[in-house]
Amino acid sequence: MDTFLFTPQMKLADLIHTDYKLLLLLPRFGLNLGFGEKSVQECCKQNGISDTLFTMICNVYAFSYYLPGEKELNQVDIKQLILYLQRSHSYYLNNRIQIIQHQLTTISEKGAVKQRHILDRFFEEYKKEVVKHFEYEENTVFPYVLNIEQDAAKAGYSIESFEENHTNIEEKLNDLKNIIIKYLPGTELLSEKTDILFNIFSLEEDLNKHALIEDKILIPLVQKQERHHDK
Amino acid sequence: MTNKKYKIILIEPSAIIATGLQELLKSYKDFEIIGVFADCEHYSEHITRLHPNILIINPAVIDFRHRHCLEDLFDSSESCSLIALVYQYVEPEVLKHYHTTIDIRDSKDKIIKKIESVANTATVSSEQPDAAELSEREKEILVSVAKGKINKEIAEEHHISIHTVITHRKNISRKTGIKSVSGLTVYAILNNLLDISEVE
Repeated sequence: MDTFLFTPQMKLADLIHTDYKLLLLLPRFGLNLGFGEKSVQECCKQNGISDTLFTMICNVYAFSYYLPGEKELNQVDIKQLILYLQRSHSYYLNNRIQIIQHQLTTISEKGAVKQRHILDRFFEEYKKEVVKHFEYEENTVFPYVLNIEQDAAKAGYSIESFEENHTNIEEKLNDLKNIIIKYLPGTELLSEKTDILFNIFSLEEDLNKHALIEDKILIPLVQKQERHHDK
Repeated sequence: MTNKKYKIILIEPSAIIATGLQELLKSYKDFEIIGVFADCEHYSEHITRLHPNILIINPAVIDFRHRHCLEDLFDSSESCSLIALVYQYVEPEVLKHYHTTIDIRDSKDKIIKKIESVANTATVSSEQPDAAELSEREKEILVSVAKGKINKEIAEEHHISIHTVITHRKNISRKTGIKSVSGLTVYAILNNLLDISEVE
């Protein structure tokens, strides 16, 4: 089995053609479209991004079998990784989740009052869960990760507790899918319903990739640092 | 139904062994390897979503710290059979979790026979229809769950054991595809099992 992977020497446009979902990553790296024939390396350099990190994240996104090697991990700029993760968080909250909430309101407004009320409340609860999840990472995990690099990590915390606290924020999203697919009454608004479902499926997929980036890049990286400090 | 295919997922860190086993199974139409992974730690979700009939795992990938991983996998894919793939001595305590064991020194025929024997038991359970509506009892339990009651309270209210409550809840979530309490509340209200004033 040949394992195809992206490299920094490839044309950035080719990466997008291989997996169009990589488009979603560009704004989080501050990359614009219109990059012509430029390679990943050139584009990254122009924008002050590590091409190793960018390629690695694209590989995690596109290839489920990909696991970064030790050598690659050593080259990762932790600060840039954290910045990417933070930007992803605000993108999910302010962009994707916002859009879905808006679509849900449009749908629920057509239904009975009780329906509107219960659906809106359900989504608010989901949003709160996501916010809490992201806040935990940004207030506890990321500072720890940034500190461990400078040898100043708080004692008593380890990335293992992160793995334990990594709550499941997909459950409610999945529930919402089933509610809309199977149980929402009314024959109207078919296209609105399919639109929102596409957005939910796609958000879910993206959040899964986001978790994979944390599992495959962030955690191994920090575990390595922890081992280094224990010595 | 003829031409039945058993979907197999292989979790094996050695590329040589993984490729070898794939090659060996290639000529058997009944088996289709739908995924090969080097470890199971980060793929567990992915694996269950592929709905394999058979999982062939090298027990070495599940170290002591992550042995729960196997149980998680096993629990979420109940119709899936587990086969251990071993190179050397593995404690019987570990192998107890598997339906059978393939030793890499086994002959080709023996390996196929072992997989077939497991495959036969796997399909029986996977073909049970899952589409049933909620029973009246399940609807009653669901209403209690949606009202925010905990298992112990539900058990007392309906004069059943906590274990039975858990079984009902599992079945409700399996049939509806809804797991969270707030999701079930939405379900109950949409289906007029519950009035919104009761959950305010």
